[in-house]
Amino acid sequence: MIIGAIKESATGERRVAVTPDSVKKLVKLGYQVLIESGCGAEANFPDSFYVTSGAEVLSNRDAVLAQADLLVKVNVPQGDEISLCKEGSSLVSFVWPAKNESQVDLLKQRNITTLAMDCVPRISRAQKLDALSSMANIAGYRAVVEAANEFGSFFTGQITAAGKVPPAKVLVIGAGVAGLAAIGTAKSLGAIVRAFDTRLAVKDQVKSMGADFLELEFEESGEGEGGYAKTMSEEFIAAEMALFAEQAREVDIIVTTALIPGRPAPELITPEMVASMKPGSVIVDLAAQNGGNCKLTRPDEKIVVDGVTIIGYTDLPSRLPTQSSNLYANNIVNLLTDMTPEKDGQLQVNLEDQVVRGTLVTYQGELMWPPPKVAAPSPPPKIAAVEVPEPAEELSGKSTNHWILTLIAVVLGAGFLWLLGSYAPAEFVSHLTVFMLACFVGWQLVWNVTPALHTPLMSVTNAISGIIVIGGLLQMGSDWRSPSSLLAAAAVLIATVNVVGGFWVTHRMLAMFRKQD
Amino acid sequence: MGTVPQVAWLIAAVCFILSLGGLSRHESARRGNFLGIVGMMLAIGAAFWQAIESELLGGLSQSGLSVLAFALVAGGIVGGLLAVRVAMTGMPQLVAILHSFVGLAAVLVGFSVFLHGHGSSEAAHGVQLIHDIEIFLGVFIGGLTFTGSVIAWGKLDGKINSRPLLIPGRHAINVVMLVVCVLLGAWFIQPAAFASELTALLIMLLISFVFGAHLVMAIGGADMPVVVSMLNSYSGWAAAATGFMLSNDLLIITGALVGSSGAILSYIMCHAMNRSFLSVILGGFGTGTAVAAPGVDRGELVHTATTADEVAEALKNAKEVIVVPGYGMAVAQAQHPIREITELLQANGTRTRFAIHPVAGRLPGHMNVLLAEARLPYDLVLEMDEINEDFPNTDVVLVVGANDIVNPGALDDPSSPIYGMPVLEAWKAKEVVVFKRSMGSGYSGVDNPLFYNENTDMLFGDAKKSSDDILQALRR
Repeated sequence: MIIGAIKESATGERRVAVTPDSVKKLVKLGYQVLIESGCGAEANFPDSFYVTSGAEVLSNRDAVLAQADLLVKVNVPQGDEISLCKEGSSLVSFVWPAKNESQVDLLKQRNITTLAMDCVPRISRAQKLDALSSMANIAGYRAVVEAANEFGSFFTGQITAAGKVPPAKVLVIGAGVAGLAAIGTAKSLGAIVRAFDTRLAVKDQVKSMGADFLELEFEESGEGEGGYAKTMSEEFIAAEMALFAEQAREVDIIVTTALIPGRPAPELITPEMVASMKPGSVIVDLAAQNGGNCKLTRPDEKIVVDGVTIIGYTDLPSRLPTQSSNLYANNIVNLLTDMTPEKDGQLQVNLEDQVVRGTLVTYQGELMWPPPKVAAPSPPPKIAAVEVPEPAEELSGKSTNHWILTLIAVVLGAGFLWLLGSYAPAEFVSHLTVFMLACFVGWQLVWNVTPALHTPLMSVTNAISGIIVIGGLLQMGSDWRSPSSLLAAAAVLIATVNVVGGFWVTHRMLAMFRKQD
Repeated sequence: MGTVPQVAWLIAAVCFILSLGGLSRHESARRGNFLGIVGMMLAIGAAFWQAIESELLGGLSQSGLSVLAFALVAGGIVGGLLAVRVAMTGMPQLVAILHSFVGLAAVLVGFSVFLHGHGSSEAAHGVQLIHDIEIFLGVFIGGLTFTGSVIAWGKLDGKINSRPLLIPGRHAINVVMLVVCVLLGAWFIQPAAFASELTALLIMLLISFVFGAHLVMAIGGADMPVVVSMLNSYSGWAAAATGFMLSNDLLIITGALVGSSGAILSYIMCHAMNRSFLSVILGGFGTGTAVAAPGVDRGELVHTATTADEVAEALKNAKEVIVVPGYGMAVAQAQHPIREITELLQANGTRTRFAIHPVAGRLPGHMNVLLAEARLPYDLVLEMDEINEDFPNTDVVLVVGANDIVNPGALDDPSSPIYGMPVLEAWKAKEVVVFKRSMGSGYSGVDNPLFYNENTDMLFGDAKKSSDDILQALRR
């Protein structure tokens, strides 16, 4: 199959759906890749890079659209893009089917298989193709960078010769992917970061990023379906607004990322709060596209109200075109890897696959969106506490057992020694003394051997256990042809192999061990 | 004049003790080996002297002396050749086969003593009895050490399937064999005709051969560290038994040293696997089918595959890297490219260290030897206890051909067969890359949750090829 990629037609869009890196991976999956000349230019990927990676570059957009069996895009196709596509071809892109009904209709009519990157189900298996998360991550980062750009002071506190600089205080509302990225970025710039989220489950994540988690004295979890937030009760919202009003007076930067799926963004920052903020403060509203968390936000604009800068850019990922193209292209590669199990360049649509089914918007002339509901718990299912067997009883049973065993061993040992003492010849007992002492010496010595030298230890002990050669030497009788002498000679031969081999190989090993120069 | 050899043997015994003492540290290890050689030369020299003396006294013929000299030289040449030609990856096999030689020599000496001593039994009954028991025990231990080591060698060398061979009723078979041996022993120590005593000894030898072979056949590949150290211990006990036979203190001392050394190593290995010595020796571990822990939905588990280029990229950006090698590294011979990767990373300012689990590989200390062979400095190679706390501060962990020793289930899943075994806590690092041939489970047959972690990437393929690729990507 031929995968085609064209220059994005949406105004201001700088991202691209394939990168030279992703082309390599797509080629490995068995696809041919065809791109429109200059499609990656805005993201700093010149055509020549694509060619090196194995893509074919055409200067004519229409030719790419006409040949591609699978079109990959960032934004939903605009204008004549759909009508120029082959009938029965496939499309991978952000689609937002709820907002773009006319395009979806056209896609359906033209029998195009549409896979919407914004409809990837939020289950852990699908994380590697979750483009929304990839983009949210970038948006969160960029939000802080934009804020820093507008903010008139350092983020980090410093004590300089000229005087003390206090650190900036940043409030992040909504600790989803974007919020967490914003927290991390602000924190690494040195700011004091606080975060708020209606979902108490994210508290640990917030703390792990180094921010303080603001809590209401109120019991209600905002955990909704699919890990998103839900609408809260009125009392809760009142308490929440009081908290924001209090914070607004104190902080320098507010980054809002609060979204509830399928509804306009909740209004969290009122004009009064904005007015109460210090002049020079900055608000970055990541919910601008859905109406904004701040009432004053204007989508795609930067405005200044009462000395407070309010940023409502909706194209934050596109402002980091190289990074976002890379991640988005990887998300697409991961999707196609799953859908190309044979690595033969043939896209297989498996409706049984929950991820594919969720991502499908149109297929074989039918509207597939929204997919049938599959109940998916949001955070990883809490593994029920595993029952640990009652240790107390077992232990006591074991220790009595152990006690009895020790007693038996002592009695047996004593009896054996008594027998030895009564009947064994003196010579044997003196040998036994030597033997026992040597065992203890060996025990003490070997515990001191460093584990790294255990193999050399084995080969040395191997060599010295060849001491049995002495036994052979001593057994040689007056007649060397007697069976006893021949056996002794054979023993000498074998044991010598051991002695020489063991020492030599130990020497070789030890010579290899060296310290860093 | 008569006690000069005894004094020399005393010094030799001291040399051996110092030799083992020297191995406690890298710095003194070479001196330790040297002392061992000195001790051995003294001991053999003294024994030879005694032989010459007895020749002068007419006890030993000139030709007998020549035969001994020939045996020494020939054995020395064979041993030297073995030692020079063995590759470091072949070390476990060499150690195993050398153990079998000790066992065989003990058997030969035992028979020699038996044949020589018989007929001249003017000794008191008690002395004779003890002597007979010594011979019998010496031959028994020697016999099982011999075949056990040969089987271990075969398994390590891949000549014999390393999976445990489990005959139904194998424990009963072992017990029967032991009982028969004891009965034969009771017969053997009765004053009886030479022929019947010889028969008893021979039958017992055959049984001990079967016993040793059967014992090791039932033990799987990754339990080999325990088996090899156990055989090491047996070879020592065999030598000690020979010492008792010949009333030679040097043999007794040396045998006891080696025997306890092997016993400690076995203990350490068992401890590192959280298993009792008996359960290892009785064999049959890792044959059960892997059962997913109840309540964990396997359908949700996915691994992420990665490429050499991506791993190289991650390594370039890392400040702290830990490599966890396992038997797979030895099989693939990946230690050389890994060492080169280490050098590049260090030149790049990345601290790179190695974490060795006590039972990694097929021999105690196996990984250390392989890494040393690749000329990796030993101060970068750390024991589990030394490095386990450092994983949370590590950017990238490379798990090269290891599996069970990095299984988090050993710590938190009581249903896991390896629950309780101390493991390297690789999963605490920011990113883990696992070099693996496929998604198969490890030796113990236990699934490894590490592979499905979000911060774990799988790099599939031969470890040598993968590390070569990473090396090239790093050089670019």
